[in-house]
Amino acid sequence: MLETIQQPWPWYVAGALIGLTVPALLLLGNKHFGVSSSLRHICAACIPGNISFFKYDWKKEVWNLFFVAGVLFGGLIATQWLSNPAPIVVSEKTVAALQVLNIETDNQLMPASIFSFNNLFTIRGLLFFVVGGFMVGFGTRYAGGCTSGHAIMGLSNLQWPSLVATCCFMVGGFVMVHLIFPWLMTL
Amino acid sequence: MQKTKDEFVDTQVVQHPIECEAPNDQVANEPLISANIKYMVVGILFGIVFVKAEIISWYRIQEMFRLHSFHMYGVIGTAVVVGLISVLLIKRFSIKTMQGEKVVFHDKTFHWGNVIGGLMFGLGWAITGACPGPLFAQIGSGFLVVIVTLLSAIAGTWVYGLLRDKLPH
Repeated sequence: MLETIQQPWPWYVAGALIGLTVPALLLLGNKHFGVSSSLRHICAACIPGNISFFKYDWKKEVWNLFFVAGVLFGGLIATQWLSNPAPIVVSEKTVAALQVLNIETDNQLMPASIFSFNNLFTIRGLLFFVVGGFMVGFGTRYAGGCTSGHAIMGLSNLQWPSLVATCCFMVGGFVMVHLIFPWLMTL
Repeated sequence: MQKTKDEFVDTQVVQHPIECEAPNDQVANEPLISANIKYMVVGILFGIVFVKAEIISWYRIQEMFRLHSFHMYGVIGTAVVVGLISVLLIKRFSIKTMQGEKVVFHDKTFHWGNVIGGLMFGLGWAITGACPGPLFAQIGSGFLVVIVTLLSAIAGTWVYGLLRDKLPH
């Protein structure tokens, strides 16, 4: 049993479980699936400034912070006790494409050559962590949601603005990987 | 004549902050810790799925945008189908929440932020290899440097709040 769990889970199992988050949250207490809102609640709770966008009763939405704290613990539990001892399998084409950009595919979930504290104060670190993170935070709130709120919750409820947003997420990703990323890696 | 609290339950509309996209629509008040623990449990399961299906992997995001793997498309596609069927069933059979309240759905209104913000998020998604959910799971998985990415994402959200009135919507 544990061995089965330790294997990487196939897409249909993971997809179904993520999809079930939608009714689970709705039926547990009329909560709408969406992760990026947690960032706004953190702002509202810690650094509201004098900004009207952050002046609301965040305590009413505190469930969302419990949810993301759970996601963090889930990551910890899965990595500590349920993780797959074998190295991550990455498509050969992607390995080759990354090699061209001098990114070695290692055995971890993320390339240690980029995602390490040693890189924090380099140009690359600034781009990957600081600028990248900023675009995720600014972009999701401006778009009104992220992959969970728009792509999954929004599409599940047949909202066409969510379809527009989801397409734009994908376009942004393709532009980054194919057009901007090769240039960034030369910096 | 003063209405009693019970009479309000089905008609009362919960007040939300401006455009709260993942709102709490429950009318009944809940105790802070004991009631919210269940959302943490859902989050824990969600986080485990993230790690076990390697969705939090930076490589999986690269594969997706290079069209080298079906994995991420399969995950998101299946999630949408399951979510869609669940929402249909909840609406069709008027399934109530655990507190016996009607499940509330919101229509989203299009604004240009869906496009501009969406593109920005896409650029950030591909470079960090994470949307907001996986950010938390990556930190839990021990990639502590991602805390910097998360803080930066919080800063991005804050700056959006600051500039909101000046941006095209």
